Amino acid sequence: MSRKVSRRILPGFSLTLGCSIGYLSLIVLIPLSAVFLKTATLSWDQFWAVATSPRVVASYKLSFGASIAAALINAVFGLIFAWALVRYTFPGKRLVDALVDLPFALPTAVAGIALTAVYAGNGWIGRWAEALGIKIAFTPLGVLVALVFIGLPFVVRTVQPVLEDLDTELEEVSASLGANRWQTVRHVVLPVVAPALLTGFALAFARAVGEYGSVIFIAGNIPMVSEITPLLIITKLEQYDYTGATTIAAVMLVISFALLLSINGLQAWMARRSGRLA
Amino acid sequence: MAGAAALLHWGGDRAARYEANAATREPVWVKWLIIGVALGFFGVALLLPLVTVFVEALRKGLETYRAALTDPDTLSAVRLTLFTAVIAVSLNLVFGVAAAWAIAKFDFRGKYFLTTLIDLPFSVSPVISGLIYVLVFGAQGWLGPWLAAHDIRIIFAVPGIVLATIFVTFPFVARELIPLMQAQGSEEEEAAMVLGANGWQIFSHVTLPNIKWGLIYGIVLCNARAMGEFGAVSVVSGHIRGETNTMPLHVEILYNEYQFAAAFAVASLLALLALVTLVVKSWVEVQARGTAREIQQEAL
Repeated sequence: MSRKVSRRILPGFSLTLGCSIGYLSLIVLIPLSAVFLKTATLSWDQFWAVATSPRVVASYKLSFGASIAAALINAVFGLIFAWALVRYTFPGKRLVDALVDLPFALPTAVAGIALTAVYAGNGWIGRWAEALGIKIAFTPLGVLVALVFIGLPFVVRTVQPVLEDLDTELEEVSASLGANRWQTVRHVVLPVVAPALLTGFALAFARAVGEYGSVIFIAGNIPMVSEITPLLIITKLEQYDYTGATTIAAVMLVISFALLLSINGLQAWMARRSGRLA
Repeated sequence: MAGAAALLHWGGDRAARYEANAATREPVWVKWLIIGVALGFFGVALLLPLVTVFVEALRKGLETYRAALTDPDTLSAVRLTLFTAVIAVSLNLVFGVAAAWAIAKFDFRGKYFLTTLIDLPFSVSPVISGLIYVLVFGAQGWLGPWLAAHDIRIIFAVPGIVLATIFVTFPFVARELIPLMQAQGSEEEEAAMVLGANGWQIFSHVTLPNIKWGLIYGIVLCNARAMGEFGAVSVVSGHIRGETNTMPLHVEILYNEYQFAAAFAVASLLALLALVTLVVKSWVEVQARGTAREIQQEAL
């Protein structure tokens, strides 16, 4: 697809590259490096004491546990959702398709207070859940609800184009060879969609781990119980504990970068696979 | 990564074709089961929270709603949000176009690495996006003492809010344009150059018309995030009413003061912004699809 320029024929190379790298360094790279430089001034013992203190470890467990659970829920429903949008016609489909991106467009604080209103004891869903003895808002379950909301579009929008590009011939061949519909979907369609689904899962997970605005209103923020890691960074900052905040931030950044690398790897793999199929 | 799944995509709706083909359709009950599950999930997970915003905003009546929106603190939050968004979007627009030009039109070492670095802000938690500026410009930060000596305030002031917003919206325009311009190649620009156009003429007369939908798309997404950013801005703002409060922060303050109707009233403005964003986004997709179809027909 991309036709590369063998020599630099067009003007503006040094200007645009220079501006890009300069701006990137000033806004992103230098400030980000502050986290690591600040962490580097600590001794290993100091770092370890903060990074593995019980309250921090409890927050990792909640943040990562709830993020994985939310991404799994999103993977299941996102796939069903993408399938319905690509394969079927139904009334209101264009509206539904457009609104899938709502979590991208809706400010997280708005999502946070709205979800709290829905799932609190007097809310539309919270009322019914509490009648069944389940408390959602102000518990770890509330964190999960918020992260599911935030992550859904990642799976749908990653899987949808792959389903759209899928050649019907593959399924026709499979059907003509005697496979029933479920066998065709299971052995022909799903393997092609799997990398996209995995990428969507990873994107939803990565977003959920760092999410703040939509979670803090519904979580209740009880230390050791429903306190997410990003909130702990803010708590430390408000106590002027810059070292503590930076240490936790460094741990989160390393994990985020590892996730980013694996997602890039996944996407490269996806591109290679779709290239081979096309 | 927020925009990773939000790239402009050009496909059309071919659902009817799948449903007409015996080899690619499911039994009717399976079809409606899948649609039912999808719509049920959609209704509970997405629609219900959205509707709640407006219901809660109007719960105490129109008069309370109007009063909440015309409150001086609300108006000042609206002004600060607009001001921040204008600066962040324009700077990231210029950067995005420059970066896409460098990456799509030229070959150089480290190009892939540069593309990854541009995406970096998406993988950083909003809270950390704010923290990094505190570490650089805060009272105990690198430049803190120097700034204090010259009486310049960045953290807990408007410049910090603008910087944090620029950071979180940094990749939107660039990542929309890079794949688009790479796919379009450089032949048209080279032809313009042979015909004697200078760099600016090539860009404004040849490249810009080709990338306009991607550009609008990127600006719209960038603007939505700039106006709605909460976590990063919350760290650097200091929450001074009437001075360093953006709309999302104002929502939080009102909510924590149990002024629920007022909080949801301000939130409803942001929800409207989100809906407008989605409408513009869908409109751009339709336009871009039309353009793509015209190009295909011309090619035939």
